Amino acid sequence: MNKARQNPLNTAAMHGALILYTLIALFPVFVILINSFKSRRAIFREPLALPNTDSFSMIGYETVMKQGDFFLYFQNSMIVTVASLFFILLFGAMAAYALSEYQFKGNLLMGLYLALGIMIPIRIGTVAILEMMVATGLVNTLWALILVYTAQGLPLAVFILSEFMRQVSDDLKNAGRIDGLSEYTIFFRLVLPLVRPAMATVAVFNMIPIWNDLWFPLILAPAEETKTLTLGSQVFIGQFVTDWNAVLSALSMAILPVLVLYVIFSRQLIRGITSGAVK
Amino acid sequence: MTALTLTNVNKSFGNVHVLKDITLEVEEGEFVVFVGPSGCGKSTLLRVIAGLEDASSGEINIGGQQVNLVPPSKRGIAMVFQSYALYPHLNVRGNMTLALKQEKQPKAVIEERVANASRMLNLEDYLDRYPSELSGGQRQRVAIGRAIVREPKLFLFDEPLSNLDAALRMNTRIEIANLHRALDASMIYVTHDQTEAMTLADKIVVLRDGRVEQTGTPMELYNNPANQFVAGFLGSPSMNFLPEGLLGSGQNTIGIRPEDLYLSDDGPLAARVSHVEKLGGDTNVIAKIHDHAVTARLFGQHAISEGQELRFAYAADKAYRFDAAGQRLR
Repeated sequence: MNKARQNPLNTAAMHGALILYTLIALFPVFVILINSFKSRRAIFREPLALPNTDSFSMIGYETVMKQGDFFLYFQNSMIVTVASLFFILLFGAMAAYALSEYQFKGNLLMGLYLALGIMIPIRIGTVAILEMMVATGLVNTLWALILVYTAQGLPLAVFILSEFMRQVSDDLKNAGRIDGLSEYTIFFRLVLPLVRPAMATVAVFNMIPIWNDLWFPLILAPAEETKTLTLGSQVFIGQFVTDWNAVLSALSMAILPVLVLYVIFSRQLIRGITSGAVK
Repeated sequence: MTALTLTNVNKSFGNVHVLKDITLEVEEGEFVVFVGPSGCGKSTLLRVIAGLEDASSGEINIGGQQVNLVPPSKRGIAMVFQSYALYPHLNVRGNMTLALKQEKQPKAVIEERVANASRMLNLEDYLDRYPSELSGGQRQRVAIGRAIVREPKLFLFDEPLSNLDAALRMNTRIEIANLHRALDASMIYVTHDQTEAMTLADKIVVLRDGRVEQTGTPMELYNNPANQFVAGFLGSPSMNFLPEGLLGSGQNTIGIRPEDLYLSDDGPLAARVSHVEKLGGDTNVIAKIHDHAVTARLFGQHAISEGQELRFAYAADKAYRFDAAGQRLR
């Protein structure tokens, strides 16, 4: 360890900066959480106060449970997010492997073409996407959302994963070839486990925007049975009256699953299993 | 029967011509070492033999069967990689049995072969460990074990010792030599280390710039190098090269091995000592003759110090002559 790190003053400054950042980042979440447990009056009187015996109220959560099918929305969000992540990781990794492992004509062009999607927001194509979904009869199905999110996530996934796959030892793949493993087995059994940290990164980057998205659910799947959590919470926000208790309660509950998924993936981020494979 | 025959093998990557017209035979049971400086194409040649790269032209025969279009796993070869390339998610047993399971060998055969290989390599206590729990030398032995269990027609070693430390390297070198005797198998071994080449090989193939410079037994190459490159590459310390003009007249180059120089008060070579390496058994004297550094390897211990003036002599039949293009003159 170098000297600068050992210096207690530097350590304190470093931790101070990190703690400050954590506080800033967590503050909105904290405000949402405390206010979701307060009565409507208390929210507006003192938005930053903690709930006490006077102001404590579960009215928001009760409203959310009663109105609308909250668990169905929750389930829809979960299905869409998990399925999209699965397809992004599967197809992204396969494309990245092809681009990094095999030399073929137009390899570089193909890579650039796939990376182009990072720079062009998919929402520009909303009208065309809607037309396509109408033509294929996918409007108001979860598949519509899964397909769109998969397309949206692929460019970044291919970009990040192909970079990591280039670092996987050629010797390891060749050892597999000599041992008679098929290219698919080499990909799934040898390469994927070694790029797991990168896969987790891609998963985290994609998961949050998908979970929080309002745009595509609103346009492609606004039917009651396909509503996602974010869209479902919108019923409490009206043009003239907004049921803040319900909105805040719904949001508090919506944060939870992402948090859990994030914790799962971030453990993978840290853990590398390369050690021992090649010196 | 020959274990491997290469006929006019060429390999190009785009415009880069890496292997040029390589023709070569490996006899059954022979230990052949490909040696050469880095970038000479020796690893590429090994990969072409293994089938990991396709030859651009030429014919590859393994055990009498043409294998140009045969995938690596069906060529009857096994390869040991420089980086070991063990499967990180499998334990030692899993690493050794994977290929046999792919070949759908019966369980009893697999068991027996793993038992044999692990006994040969002293790996019996480590069969249930994962690669990350093994030391470098043990990983290397697992990599070799993975090759042995396949009972291939041809073993391919790609610089297997270069990741080991010096002491372990020597031990493993001896182990590989013993292994070759025990298995009586054909082996091809790639290295840039001339010591490994000299000590292990039945036959050395010296490569430079994708061409075979010379082929022969270690002593043939040492005693009778075809050109200046081979003469300078084999032997340690390497051969001294002096312009003929320094010793009389002529445009050629004279090569003298360090061990063939000896001290003599009326010797023809007057030199000033610039450095002395005292190894105990030997003394290496690095000296300057005009502007040319020469190394003399003297047996035993000598009280020679830097700056001293010495005279060296050599037997006339120990001097090699090379022309300006580096070809040997006889």
